[in-house]
Amino acid sequence: MKSSVIIFPGSNCDRDMDVALKKFGFKNQMVWHNDSGIPKSDLIVLPGGFSYGDYLRCGSIASKSKIINSVVDFANSGGLVIGICNGFQILIETGLLPGALLTNKYLKFICKNVYVKINNSENKYFKNINKNILELHIAHNDGNYFCSKDELKSLNDNSQIAVNYCDKNGNISENVNPNGSINNIAGIFNKSKNIIGMMPHPERVIDPYLSSKDGTIFFENLIKNLK
Amino acid sequence: MKVKVIITLKNGVLDPQGKVIQQTLNGMSFTDVKEVRQGKYFEIEVDNKDEAKSKEKVEDMCKKLLANLVIEDYKIL
Repeated sequence: MKSSVIIFPGSNCDRDMDVALKKFGFKNQMVWHNDSGIPKSDLIVLPGGFSYGDYLRCGSIASKSKIINSVVDFANSGGLVIGICNGFQILIETGLLPGALLTNKYLKFICKNVYVKINNSENKYFKNINKNILELHIAHNDGNYFCSKDELKSLNDNSQIAVNYCDKNGNISENVNPNGSINNIAGIFNKSKNIIGMMPHPERVIDPYLSSKDGTIFFENLIKNLK
Repeated sequence: MKVKVIITLKNGVLDPQGKVIQQTLNGMSFTDVKEVRQGKYFEIEVDNKDEAKSKEKVEDMCKKLLANLVIEDYKIL
């Protein structure tokens, strides 16, 4: 399986993602934002970070990069695209995913482990996953997912909500909502579920000596589903 | 000519920074401040003397980049 991680000026989780993808069997290649195309891939990842210093709005400048046209073409032809954290913000700014990511409700940069519950496993990302509550890491200032009531209805109707913040038993409540996101939304899909954007970082929890192992579960399951 | 644009969060979109500014003003004894909404201001120098055409161009820029219309409104001054 071949994957590509796109690097923007200010990306800082690109190498973590590279390490994670290779650890679980992907042949990963790094692609610079100004390159004119993406080498043949089964998966494209937009990594976390602070592309263009979060100028204007997080992800807005990166969403106009030269490489984005190739990402959009790949996504529209059904290719799998993951956006983590800043990558999620970029996917939203390109219009590939709906809604917006606002500044965290309590104006704090949040860096901690959280639990998320998988809301829909009928897709390449979560199909046959053996755990539906994952302990992942978040680190962001602008992860407060927002959308209109109509959009929220459409997300629910089309089963586009991928993961919600929850407690370790899977209860979804305001108490475990770290950033003020509507309905504790931590990640969403596009309608056809080939694109996922989420604030939590699975690539940060792949080493049992340093972290939880739930990122391992995510990546192992993903590559199994792609084979 | 120079075109000026103000971008603000739409009504109903949470503005935590505005809220903190309001609370701080209240704490500084500006007790009659009921709400603060903060936003962005742009001055765009367009190489075109035609005001209507310049503003039309800036409006296009607002829609395509400067504002996120899901959460923000723009006003060309």
